[in-house]
Amino acid sequence: MNTALLTAPPPTAPHALASNGVSRIMLSVAATLVPATLYGFWLYGWPAILLWLITVLAALLGEVASIKLAGRVTAPELSDGSALLTGWLLALSLPPWSPWWIGVVGGLFATILGKQVFGGIGFNLFNPAMVARVFLLISFPVQMTVWVAPLPITAAAAPDFHQGLMIFINGIPKLDAVSSATLLGFAKTEWSRGIDLMHSLAAATAPGNSLTGARSGSLGETASLLIAAGGLVLLALRIISWHIPVAMLAGIALPAAIAHAVDPTRYLDVATHLLSGGVMLGAFFIATDYVTSPNTKLGQLIFAAGCGFLTYVIRTWGGYPEGVAFAVLLMNALTPVIDRYLRPRILGRNWRGAPLDADVERAKS
Amino acid sequence: MGLIETFLHTLTIPGWGVHPDDHKRPAADAPLRTLPLPTRLYVPLLQHVGQPARPTVLVGQKVLQGQLIGAAQGRISAPIHAPTSGTIVAIGEITAPHPSGLPFSAITIEADGDEHAIEASVAADPFALSPEEITELVAAAGVVGLGGATFPSSVKLALGKRTKITTLIVNGGECEPYLSCDDRVMRDFAADVIDGVRLMMHATGAGEALLGIEDNKPEAIAAMRKAARLFPEIKLRPVPSRYPMGSDRQLIQTLTGKEVPSDCRAADVGVIVNNVSTANAVHRAIRLGEPLLRRIVTINGGAIWQPGNILAPIGTLASDLLAFAGLKSEPARLLMGGPMMGAVLPHAKVPIVKGCAGILALNEDEIATPAAGPCIRCGKCTSVCPIGLLPLEMAANIRVDNLDGAAALGLSDCIACGCCAYICPSHIPLVQYFTHAKGELWSQQRGKLRLDAAKRLAAERTERLERETREKAIAAAKRKAERAAQKAAQAASAELAATETTETTQ
Repeated sequence: MNTALLTAPPPTAPHALASNGVSRIMLSVAATLVPATLYGFWLYGWPAILLWLITVLAALLGEVASIKLAGRVTAPELSDGSALLTGWLLALSLPPWSPWWIGVVGGLFATILGKQVFGGIGFNLFNPAMVARVFLLISFPVQMTVWVAPLPITAAAAPDFHQGLMIFINGIPKLDAVSSATLLGFAKTEWSRGIDLMHSLAAATAPGNSLTGARSGSLGETASLLIAAGGLVLLALRIISWHIPVAMLAGIALPAAIAHAVDPTRYLDVATHLLSGGVMLGAFFIATDYVTSPNTKLGQLIFAAGCGFLTYVIRTWGGYPEGVAFAVLLMNALTPVIDRYLRPRILGRNWRGAPLDADVERAKS
Repeated sequence: MGLIETFLHTLTIPGWGVHPDDHKRPAADAPLRTLPLPTRLYVPLLQHVGQPARPTVLVGQKVLQGQLIGAAQGRISAPIHAPTSGTIVAIGEITAPHPSGLPFSAITIEADGDEHAIEASVAADPFALSPEEITELVAAAGVVGLGGATFPSSVKLALGKRTKITTLIVNGGECEPYLSCDDRVMRDFAADVIDGVRLMMHATGAGEALLGIEDNKPEAIAAMRKAARLFPEIKLRPVPSRYPMGSDRQLIQTLTGKEVPSDCRAADVGVIVNNVSTANAVHRAIRLGEPLLRRIVTINGGAIWQPGNILAPIGTLASDLLAFAGLKSEPARLLMGGPMMGAVLPHAKVPIVKGCAGILALNEDEIATPAAGPCIRCGKCTSVCPIGLLPLEMAANIRVDNLDGAAALGLSDCIACGCCAYICPSHIPLVQYFTHAKGELWSQQRGKLRLDAAKRLAAERTERLERETREKAIAAAKRKAERAAQKAAQAASAELAATETTETTQ
């Protein structure tokens, strides 16, 4: 028997650990984003690839710089994969042909001001990627609302690497020639011009266009079906539970169904709402962020239903055509309150925390 | 298993708990072996919840197998018996099977190898005995809860007198990974277990017995079903394999739907829970007149050469068992009990006690623990907690020394099952936090009690002093008044005398 066992502090039970870890979780989430990302790369070509790369690198740089400034050890914290994921999610929510500095500013903002100033992973109140996206949208409204129609990388008209690099560095030349509104933006503009949905969207159907990828938007919007597929994989891997995605989708679908039934010329249908904008990305990857969502299942249902409902409200009556990021941030702010008031019932106690009545339990059979 | 069956199976799995790799086989399938009698046995006086036993033998005395060597003292206690015949060579301190490695009292017996047993008188028909008599026999045999809680069984059986017991739950859950001693008892001694169950039903007046066995033990389920088929009041209920299914409140809820109120015991809702090995011990105590002298111990872990279950006398050193099973490598960690709740042994020279289900010798790979990271609030600890607590919030409070905050979140309801720490992706030692906070709160409470007592004494003293002063003042006033009265009287009498004198002289 070695003497080290005698002098070391006795380790406490449990002596077995599940084989999961933070980095394993984060990297699995990133892996489920790969199909949608590659599909987006194919649709939007070199500018999108370069933008993704710089956004992720900026997020990682912000993380490393913050950890060093805080005087902590870089390697274990960086290897948890959370900064990579934050940058990745931000990149998927940006206009694919944005100039490089959008990615740099966004990536740095996400990890430094969205996460590290709060104390790093686990301490931030708001989803870092969405904080950065909203910051960019408010600060640079022009660049953040320039969308292009997908132009597959193999198409003749698609920019080659050199042209892509130019777009990446200088922004889009001849903007009017390529720009194309997102479906939600288009519907909103047309409605404000007095054209109802029956006429303005006669040619566009969201489900059909989502299948073929023939709709403009962020990488996450255009590839929303693949995003949803990735989300289902996360569900199967039990990295996320069904509560948040289902409640968020329901939070949008229910009001959309009712409003559309009342006035189809004014209100978009359910499928369009679900497949447009950042809903799929939001429901499966953003709102499910462990750190910024409630801990209990009931809390998660309320939180996510709120995300969905607020998204619908902002889209329909707000000033912006899309509202997932705002909705998630608003509900993030409510998460501590939800966690405070919705606690699970303790076994043998009622919801108020008082012991159960023994006679009632005895009578059960 | 078909698709539909798999689906139905998924539905029956409770929301709480974890499903660790069970590592039960091949140890569970290896035939039961009997340990050759060790030369010396170290029988601790405290092997149960409650007061330690009081030695009733002297050093140098010869004892027979089954002879009483320590008598129960107090209301909650259990006697101990000589596991084999031989000579008492010492009554002193040895290392306790506890992480602290602190000593505790034990009686050392040098075996003579004869295994000469004491005469036992056995009732021809125990069912003709009264429940009280059964309970007394169980108490005299030193039977305690063998699932690990080691609560004296007779005390539990006697609860039937106080409250009406409707259901006896027989715990064959054995949800701890690596352990298979209960599995082995059910496979090898099924009929004895069922007999013990019937005796306990008789002692408690329970009308039915529910045998809860985790469905990862099909052989045990088959054996018990066969043994129980003649007794319709004993119902076999396979339960999903889910740690901590063997915890009494969880098993009661799963089998009966009853929830034991947090301030009550199981008996208060008409249920008592006993382990299958305890049922076997009760059978031996009543039918054979044999006290609890030996038990089946699982020897398992990556460092063990021949893992399996070994029948060993109480008081055997863990090192004897490890030597018998053989070591492949130097164990990186020795445990008594399972990996989820077991205690680290300071070394192998500690004795087997009644509640010891297994000795695990784990190798480096099995105990590898990554460094703890920050909490990412994933909430997995909350979803696995069988009690419905918020481990992450309690830990956050404890981290900043807000123990009252943790207590308000239900710290006292924590059963330390370890599900939260097992599942935590940041590998935060949550159980350690909770154990620390519970200990700290306990000592604070003790301190407060002591302070209250001191305050009370001080207040009493002040009051006493005040009273004394008051009484003194009153006494002084009284004396003064008396003196004044006396003086007045004297003066009066003097005056009177003077007057009289004057009168006489006139």
